Amino acid sequence: MLALRVEGEIMEEKILLSVKELCKWFELRKGLFGKAGYVRAVDGVSFDIKKGDAVSLVGESGSGKTTLGKTILRLYEPTKGKIIFEGKDITNLKSKQLLEYRRETGLVQQDPYGALPPFMTIKRVLEEPLAIHGIPKSERIKRIYNVLEEVRLTPVEDFVGKYPHMLSGGQQQRLVIARAIILNPKLIVADEPVSMLDASVRIEILTLLKELQKKHSLSVIYITHDLSTTRYFSEWIYIMYAGKIVEKAPTNTLLKNPLHPYSRTLLDVIPDPDAENRFKIRDIPPGEPPNLVNPPEGCRFHPRCAYFKDGLCNEKEPEEVEVEKDHFVRCWLYG
Amino acid sequence: MVKSLLEVKNLCTYFRTTKGIVKAVDNVSFCVEKGETIAIIGESGCGKSSLAKSIIRLLPRNVHTYIGEVYLEGVDLLKLDEKKMNEIRWKKISMVSQAALNSLNPVIKVGQQVAEPLIIHEGVSKKVALERAKKALSMVGIPESFADRYPFELSGGMKQRAIIAMALITDPDIIILDEPTSALDVLTQASIMNMLKIIKEKTVKTFIFITHDIAISSELADKVAVMYAGQIVELANAEKFYKTPLHPYSIKLMASVPTLRTDKKLEFIPGTPPSLIDPPKTCRFAERCPWKFEKCKNEPPLVMVNDSYVKCWLYESKGR
Amino acid sequence: MSIKRLKETFKQLIAYKSAVVGLCILGFIMGLSIYAVITIPYEEAVKAWRLGEDVSINNPRNAAPSWINFFRQKKLPETMVMDTLKSGSNARKIIIPRETLSALRIEFSFEFNYDDFPSEINLFLTSKYNEAAPYITINWTKPNGATIRLKELVVKGTDRYYISIDNELAKKLRLYLSEKVGQEIPYEIPPHMSLFAVEDESILKPETAQVLKGKYRMVIEGILFGGESDVDARLVVYGKVFGLAGTDHLRRYLVIGLLWGAPIAVAFGVLASVSISFIQMIIAAVSAWYGKWADMLLQKATEFMMILPFLPILMMISIFYKISIWVLLIVVIALSIFGSGVKTYRAMFLQVKELPYIEAAQAYGASNFRIIFRYMIPKVLPTIIPSLVLSVSGFVFLEAALAILGLGDPVAPTWGKIINDAYDKGALYQGYYYWVLEPSLLLVLTSLGFALLGFALDKIFNPKLREM
Repeated sequence: MLALRVEGEIMEEKILLSVKELCKWFELRKGLFGKAGYVRAVDGVSFDIKKGDAVSLVGESGSGKTTLGKTILRLYEPTKGKIIFEGKDITNLKSKQLLEYRRETGLVQQDPYGALPPFMTIKRVLEEPLAIHGIPKSERIKRIYNVLEEVRLTPVEDFVGKYPHMLSGGQQQRLVIARAIILNPKLIVADEPVSMLDASVRIEILTLLKELQKKHSLSVIYITHDLSTTRYFSEWIYIMYAGKIVEKAPTNTLLKNPLHPYSRTLLDVIPDPDAENRFKIRDIPPGEPPNLVNPPEGCRFHPRCAYFKDGLCNEKEPEEVEVEKDHFVRCWLYG
Repeated sequence: MVKSLLEVKNLCTYFRTTKGIVKAVDNVSFCVEKGETIAIIGESGCGKSSLAKSIIRLLPRNVHTYIGEVYLEGVDLLKLDEKKMNEIRWKKISMVSQAALNSLNPVIKVGQQVAEPLIIHEGVSKKVALERAKKALSMVGIPESFADRYPFELSGGMKQRAIIAMALITDPDIIILDEPTSALDVLTQASIMNMLKIIKEKTVKTFIFITHDIAISSELADKVAVMYAGQIVELANAEKFYKTPLHPYSIKLMASVPTLRTDKKLEFIPGTPPSLIDPPKTCRFAERCPWKFEKCKNEPPLVMVNDSYVKCWLYESKGR
Repeated sequence: MSIKRLKETFKQLIAYKSAVVGLCILGFIMGLSIYAVITIPYEEAVKAWRLGEDVSINNPRNAAPSWINFFRQKKLPETMVMDTLKSGSNARKIIIPRETLSALRIEFSFEFNYDDFPSEINLFLTSKYNEAAPYITINWTKPNGATIRLKELVVKGTDRYYISIDNELAKKLRLYLSEKVGQEIPYEIPPHMSLFAVEDESILKPETAQVLKGKYRMVIEGILFGGESDVDARLVVYGKVFGLAGTDHLRRYLVIGLLWGAPIAVAFGVLASVSISFIQMIIAAVSAWYGKWADMLLQKATEFMMILPFLPILMMISIFYKISIWVLLIVVIALSIFGSGVKTYRAMFLQVKELPYIEAAQAYGASNFRIIFRYMIPKVLPTIIPSLVLSVSGFVFLEAALAILGLGDPVAPTWGKIINDAYDKGALYQGYYYWVLEPSLLLVLTSLGFALLGFALDKIFNPKLREM
């Protein structure tokens, strides 16, 4: 009995977040009461994230990656499927329990300045989550100072009284990160956290995030369209296309050996600085990402795929197959 | 000696603001040959957009200083009056602004908008202009039928292509592209770069490609100019630059860009660029430079090292 | 909002000359208000304003402000009050006592050197006695020596002798003057003119009549019966100018009304403006944040209220119910809160709702209430301050307008009420311009002050209006 329980605990401890067939559909309203269909932004996504792991969720705009991140945080209500956090089903939590869940999660957004209330001082910005979750006043200032030191906004006394517009873009994003971790969460969703920052600042922020992740054993879902940063940040890469995850693999595995045709294209088109690039015309799949109200039948990538097989790809949706250890693909090339 | 198509000499553009005088472009010089593409690389606030606007003379009202020489085919643009400049603008040199996706008028059909420069600058009739607009749209990869659509019916990538079509339609010699792909997805970005590459080859156009993304710049650049705090700190050919950048800022910038195919340790540049209001008299990068030494207290000269120009004391002995 | 932010805003504000002018004007109006509230408590003011005559019996009617004399060649007379009960007021009283009878002599003497006649002359008498009331005779002596017997009477308790409207005296004096001049005086010359006039041909026309300047005396001689009998008298020679602001038809000193009009106007305007703006903002925030049904209901309610005609309804309520000014304020607020401001603010809130920091707040668990009041409203608040200040003028004028129409508070001393009284009594026809101009000027000044301040604030809080 003891052995079983210990094993059970170890198992549960390992997986922090488990998502099963999660769907988020947005209603299209017609007139006052009519419905004109749904935008299926996230359409059947499943994965598990271990405690302390960082996962890059990669896709272009319209792939549903941002919607997925926000649904996991319950900023959107899931339409179908389950989200299991630390063994508890949090899909339909409300009020007080939902508040507890919010304490365990944090959000870092794309726009550092927009994410901060312009009329609040830094101290107040960081105090808000503490106040909402009932942290006693006596403890607050200590936590605020600590977290500011962790994100290296020092000397701390200089910063507490400042307003967001007095900070640089990088400093603002550090403040946003500080706010996200001040309640000691277990999961952070970072939605394109560095896309709006300068190139030289990006790596600084990603490095900081990585440090914090290791120090606090945080699980991070790093949403991005920039594959080149994933190597420096995450252990896993999930590629998303048209509301579905089409490939999952450890980072280096996917970068060396992408299996899904879409993943291959993504890797091909990203240039490294090289003077020869100007002579290369790249191979790009024609067309555009599909309409999510009426996605194509079968595999959603088939209208643009170079390996399209008529009768198969346009009729049946491919299932997820584990091609090698921990490397999953949804493609009839491997099914 | 073949004269360059565009020659910028000692260009200075300063703006008047409530906080002081912003020296956005501070003594910038470079030249571009016909059919060549020069990439101007820099981070936000370095003055590259102001440089673009200074060349095409589309500056806002609060300009304090605007001196120097910009020779287009031998004619100094800064000395022309507004009327003459209007004739040159869009006929010889055109521009695609940053975040151009929002510069399409939402209530006018796409075809009409793309045709507009022809009607204004060449006095062509509406019918003829529309025909040429459709051709321009297909050149940038938009089906001709889209000319009858409104901007909201187009995706981001298509809107950007339409703007580029507008910049190409009068067949100018030089096109300035200010961050043409920064708001777009990777695949769309790649296909637009493809399109630009094809146009560059087919029509021998000259591009001034402004971006903060070093990797993307290599997709088109024959020559690279690196801008920092209002000044050009390095000017080199693409082959030399992407392999071995010379200026410390270029080196650190290159080191901070993550690469997919090579294994490299990433470094970031601590600190922030100096304010363009009353910039320091020292080398402007000195504060953040790991190779700083006593000479850096003074502004470094532009030194020629082989075919490249570097604004750095470290190379003083090597070149002229 | 910290004090630092306020200081910064203030600094930006005074960079605009118009704002400085506006602030000075408002400072002046606030000064009036504070002075009014401190020196004359509200109840007293209402009492003084309502009772009017009884309280201000010593004031002339419809007198112009005394500084008018500065601009005039012919000086208008001031009011002179001579009272036996007040020492040092040109009144001398002597009682010569005998056993059962005492002789009384009261003498009023004064210099009259103005170029125009007084408007009224009244004599107020009070007597004390046991059995028999005192008997007095009243004589008037002009500077030229002429003495005229005015009246003889018995003083029972308090008595008032309105000399100016004593018809018998008037006829008597008219005859006397006609004889003096040798011609009949063709108009009914009132006593307050005949008793002061130069006795020559100039008196034949009222326009040419001249004042005989010099020392005048009124002598009251009387007999007091019994030891405790006593008589006191007060002679008031009413002028045509009075004080800083003049008087109205009920002898009320206009300064009281003007002073008290200030805090009432400002309080009404500010309270209306602030309450309506804030309540509209809250309604808009709730509507925008919750969306769906709440939004639809609130918006339909707003649209319904917006269609209703504001002023006619207000007028109807005023006609059917005599309402005090504070009830009026509540009615105005109630009719306005579902107004067009809700639509404007809702548009702003819909934009704010999409800002990233709102989403971030949801992510760390902020409740709806918190988001509305601590995240959305503070963002929108600076934008509404200019319109809040600007609308104060509108409400000040609204209150005045209702009062001028006779629909406001019937007893409160407001600027609108003064104009209403003036209008009722035909002030402009009678030449009492000051009566209308003074409250109007203050109304305009107050509105101007708020408007200037509001426009300057607009430039600060909406930077797009700023010029480079």
